[in-house]
Amino acid sequence: MGAAIEVNNLNAWYGSNHILHNIGISIPANQATALIGPSGCGKSTFVRCLNRMHETNPIARVSGSVRLGGIDLYSDMEPVAVRRRIGMVFQRPNPFPTMSIFENVASGLRLSGGLRRRQMEEICERSLRRAALWDEVKDIWKKRSGASLSGGQQQRLCIARALAIDPEVLLMDEPASALDPISTSKIEDLIFELKADYTIVIVTHNMQQAARVAEMTGFFLNGYLVEFDATTKIFTNPADKRTEDYITGRFG
Amino acid sequence: MGNVVISTPGMPLPSEKLFRKQTLVERLRKGDEAVHLLTMAGGWSIILITGLLVHHLWVYSRIARHQFGWHFLVTSTWDPVNGLFGAWPFVYGTVVTSLLALIIAIPIGLGAAIFLAELAPRSVSNALTFLIELLAAVPSVVYGLIGIFLLIPALTAIMPTFQKFFGWIPIFSGTFYGVSYFSASVILAIMVVPFIVSISREVLLAVPIAQREAMMALGATKWEVTWRTVVPYARQGIMGSVFLALARALGETMAVTMVIGNVAQVSTSLMAPGYTIAAVIANEFTEATGDLYLHALIELGLVLFAVTMIINALARLLMLSVRTGEVVS
Ligand SMILES: Nc1ncnc2c1ncn2[C@@H]1O[C@H](COP(=O)(O)OP(=O)(O)O)[C@@H](O)[C@H]1O
Ligand SMILES: [Mg+2]
Repeated sequence: MGAAIEVNNLNAWYGSNHILHNIGISIPANQATALIGPSGCGKSTFVRCLNRMHETNPIARVSGSVRLGGIDLYSDMEPVAVRRRIGMVFQRPNPFPTMSIFENVASGLRLSGGLRRRQMEEICERSLRRAALWDEVKDIWKKRSGASLSGGQQQRLCIARALAIDPEVLLMDEPASALDPISTSKIEDLIFELKADYTIVIVTHNMQQAARVAEMTGFFLNGYLVEFDATTKIFTNPADKRTEDYITGRFG
Repeated sequence: MGNVVISTPGMPLPSEKLFRKQTLVERLRKGDEAVHLLTMAGGWSIILITGLLVHHLWVYSRIARHQFGWHFLVTSTWDPVNGLFGAWPFVYGTVVTSLLALIIAIPIGLGAAIFLAELAPRSVSNALTFLIELLAAVPSVVYGLIGIFLLIPALTAIMPTFQKFFGWIPIFSGTFYGVSYFSASVILAIMVVPFIVSISREVLLAVPIAQREAMMALGATKWEVTWRTVVPYARQGIMGSVFLALARALGETMAVTMVIGNVAQVSTSLMAPGYTIAAVIANEFTEATGDLYLHALIELGLVLFAVTMIINALARLLMLSVRTGEVVS
């Protein structure tokens, strides 16, 4: 099951560059939440704060609180544990080229260990099915490298890899921006399916995509969360003038 | 904007020249072609030089080749006085010392490269790498001296204790006099470690951040990221560094001849003295009297060339099987 995320007073820096300012947001469980905004406004930085990837950059710094189902990710959990509960899919598909498709999906499972090979295969098959990739790879998944797939398939492989360790939240940072329209619509369909079991946070600069997949939408501008509301509200009747300017294409 | 050519049927196009295939001179003038020719000449000259080299080795070893045939490779007598020449002790010594050197150097070199690329702060890493790369520039005769004055006394001091426990293993048995396959291998290992470290560090550093983050986002620790993603991703380059080290070890002459003992014999024990191809050529070439002796030494050169080629070819094959990435589980 998915879990809700509660962010309070979140600030983030790269060096002396103050990137995120006092972000507060309640991301509901088992829904898709879209984050939109012009590029460079801090969307990626924000999602990377949610699974504590931001701090892996040596010059990066964070303050504030992020709670997952009531537990503070920064004070009560190790980063490694956080990332096992909050999975991430990146903008560019990044399968491990030296591993087979199966090994790619199993890579997260191998970290925790303790699984028999049979169990591992079952979980990987299930994850590949959930990522709508199984039919395309079922004959080659033990033989072919993860990098031998097409871009769209690679991205679904990365989704399967993230799902295999059964996280509660799935962060997707512009998961379809490097893909063709058909692959993009496959990923969007997938997000619809996955909502039942996961909380989804998707960064996109494609507003139609946000409108199609997400119940809630947040608009970022220059490191501030300008507005966060139901997607229909944001796109039809935004409360803030800047949101309206953005969605009507007056800037960005 | 380009000119738009409107043609009426039957009328010749105004600039037919544009559609004609360009002559070589025209293409040459455009530069691309010149670069192409230059690089091609470079490529061919390498092949030409290699060909000439093999040709000369072949021609000037003919007396020995006719006299001994294939037996040259497998016989162990090296007796210039009676005109008997067999290459086996040298081939054996070359291969054994080089492989043992790699066995010692790979874990040390790879470990150091991982430390420098993944763990050490960048400033420390750069400073240490600079020092290590300086080591690669030290003349090999200096390594030979280090072998004689530091390594051999040290080994001689610890060997009795070591042999008390491991002397029963054939490769560690027998009296240790200092000069030996083992001493030569250790010196070779010290000499090739810098190659492994500096190249492997470069390829480790070049692993894309996206690969690291992919593993990190699955909840991997730093060590797991390094070991499961970074090192496998860089394995081709790491292997490349090992092959370079191997090539260096196979051909190393001066440092080896100073510590291996220069005895043309074949011993199972690494504690025994031996000889290598490069060392014997260097030592005996100037005093080779008679054509047969000279031709035997040149045939040794041919053999070294062949050994290097074969080992490199095997290495390439290994690398190719890795590169195709058809991972078998
Ligand atoms: N690795 C980094 N080092 C330094 N500054 C960065 C880094 N990544 C992003 N930034 C800066 O942080 C700001 C927000 O970037 P980002 O979160 O990637 O925006 P978005 O995803 O909305 O396009 C930008 O001004 C960018 O220059
Ligand atoms: Mg971004």
